[in-house]
Amino acid sequence: MTVLTMVEAIRACLHDEMARDGRVVVLGQDVGANGGVFRATDGLQAAFGPERVVDMPLAEAVIVGSCVGLAIEGAVPVAEVQFLGFAWQAMHQLCGQVARLRYRSDGRFAAPITIRAPFGGGVRTPELHSEALESQFANVPGLHVVAPASAADAKGLLATAIRSPDPVLFLEPLRGYRLIRDEVPDGEHLVPFGVARLVRPGRDVTVVAWSAQVEVCRRAAQRAQDEHGIDAEVIDLRTIVPFDAATVAASVARTGRVVVVQEAPLTAGFASEVVATVVEECFYDLESPPVRVSGWDVPYPVGLLEDGYVPDDDRVLAGILRATEVTA
Amino acid sequence: MGLSLDDLPAVGEPFRLVATDGSVVGPTAVIDEVLERGPELLAGMIAARVANRRLFSLQRQGRTGTFAPIEGEEASVIGAVAAFEPATDWIVPYYRELLGLGRYGSEVLYRYALYQRGHPGGGYLPEGVRVLFPQISLAAQLPHAVGLAWGRQLRKAPGVVLAFCGDGASSEGDFAESLNLAGVRRAPVVFWLKNNGWAISTPLAAQTAAPSFAARGPAYGMPGVRVDGNDALAVVAVAAAARAHAAAGRGPVLVEAVTYRMGPHTTADDPLRYVPAQERAHWAAADPIERLRVVLTAASAWDDTQEAEAEAAADRAVDEAWTRAEATPVAPDAFFDHVYAEPTLRQRRQREELRGHLADRAAR
Repeated sequence: MTVLTMVEAIRACLHDEMARDGRVVVLGQDVGANGGVFRATDGLQAAFGPERVVDMPLAEAVIVGSCVGLAIEGAVPVAEVQFLGFAWQAMHQLCGQVARLRYRSDGRFAAPITIRAPFGGGVRTPELHSEALESQFANVPGLHVVAPASAADAKGLLATAIRSPDPVLFLEPLRGYRLIRDEVPDGEHLVPFGVARLVRPGRDVTVVAWSAQVEVCRRAAQRAQDEHGIDAEVIDLRTIVPFDAATVAASVARTGRVVVVQEAPLTAGFASEVVATVVEECFYDLESPPVRVSGWDVPYPVGLLEDGYVPDDDRVLAGILRATEVTA
Repeated sequence: MGLSLDDLPAVGEPFRLVATDGSVVGPTAVIDEVLERGPELLAGMIAARVANRRLFSLQRQGRTGTFAPIEGEEASVIGAVAAFEPATDWIVPYYRELLGLGRYGSEVLYRYALYQRGHPGGGYLPEGVRVLFPQISLAAQLPHAVGLAWGRQLRKAPGVVLAFCGDGASSEGDFAESLNLAGVRRAPVVFWLKNNGWAISTPLAAQTAAPSFAARGPAYGMPGVRVDGNDALAVVAVAAAARAHAAAGRGPVLVEAVTYRMGPHTTADDPLRYVPAQERAHWAAADPIERLRVVLTAASAWDDTQEAEAEAAADRAVDEAWTRAEATPVAPDAFFDHVYAEPTLRQRRQREELRGHLADRAAR
């Protein structure tokens, strides 16, 4: 075990996977000499050369779309979209082409394509750098949508993504790149998709989150314990698609209460999918209405206003109290 | 030696070897090199024309779905493909070329028949047949074409990618992004833009203010050349020069083949609503098949027997492809296959639910 930040874990994983498999190619804007704007690809070009770590023109659609041809010709592309908000400029290639490659070729072509993208708020970025768009991609069959919350998971899930025969949208919380820091297994470390992580066991209420919100929920759960004597269980989904509904349902069946937290706007976000699933699977176990804590139904705000937008532990705690006080 | 791309125009009158009336206007040396390909090209063009007409009636009979006719563009497709090597070169079509890819084998027509019938098996060609599936989203195939060429570069495998698009696709962002990347990476791609005058009902003047599409080539760091797309001999000569340029590691080429969509955009379109009658008459006189037939007949390289054989072979090929496609089964729940390498738990449950509904329906 070595303590690493999330960005260090991602960099280590990219290095290991490139060393393991000569077919792996990293492509994106500023990924070469500059090592990526967050340094996630730092040192890769020096280690593996400009043929395998490729600085691309500033054109998201062809960064994503060229992966289709690369994959058909036997490469394993790992593309970086510099910020998820820019993925809208590649939406037709990502959702209309990459996600459907296996399907529309009736299984003839696999799509071992990983698209990495920083996302989420909290660091006062300019416009379109902080959007949490994961639910938009969760509605596109064919894509896996992965959103780690720890450095260890970032390494283990990214390795799984790169080795997956299917396309993976790999979402990295930009405010967590250096803030998230934990023990990471040395050497080969693979975390399977579709298996949620129990962050904190608890008996009174289930709190579900992913990516940077997991840490917010952990803090809120601690405060619920310290300030109100409420024992909250926190579950990190790790992957939005596939969604580990079984783990969530089993937890809610025990606690009878659920709070789902996301950074995206409320309406039609993935939290709604989680709540709908809980209602279908454990309706008769529920002791209070499910609660969603989310960003508001507004475009992601400018820097001076974002603290009021991104859910913080105050708001998650309020959600926990709402879920637990109904029958208190 | 063959043509040099440097000598070909990027604007104005396109390069041609044979004029509309069948008279030879190009350099004799070039004509002599390509004339022997003439009968093969003409047979392929007749096959495409016959198949095209058959598809109209199949569509009216409900035996095939809406399709995009190739009529008028046969030379600009078959002549281009004739310069490429099935053993190493990819063909990346959009949706209007599939009747013109006979050079890549009879499997193409069968798979196209499946595609046209809405069968999932129409989405691919078997291993070893380097034709990518039809693309519906305009210009979306061009990033894939660059990726294919780049992927072959990475593997140090020889080969050039022939990527088709139309004049309408030139307005898409994917067109600009793909040509730019191909130029930067010196990827071996020949971008083959068929300028057929119309994008459904949008005429050229509403598509671009530029003097030509080929003129954009140098802006992306590649040669751009204009060829008469209805002159099959000129097309194959230019395609061979473009392929040689890319295969030699000199990077991509943009070719604008000036042709004409003689029919509707698709079987669901009525061009009489928007195409001037005068224009239709003008291009009817520039039919690519008639032009090549005149040249070959004059050279004693084509006769009525060959014509009849080409037509009969085309008829048989359509019959075989459609009969085989109609006999190819498909499960009603096949759309759950191949979304992922392994189905998700939710997909497995949904498939069971659908099977229950289908069984109930069958029992009623």
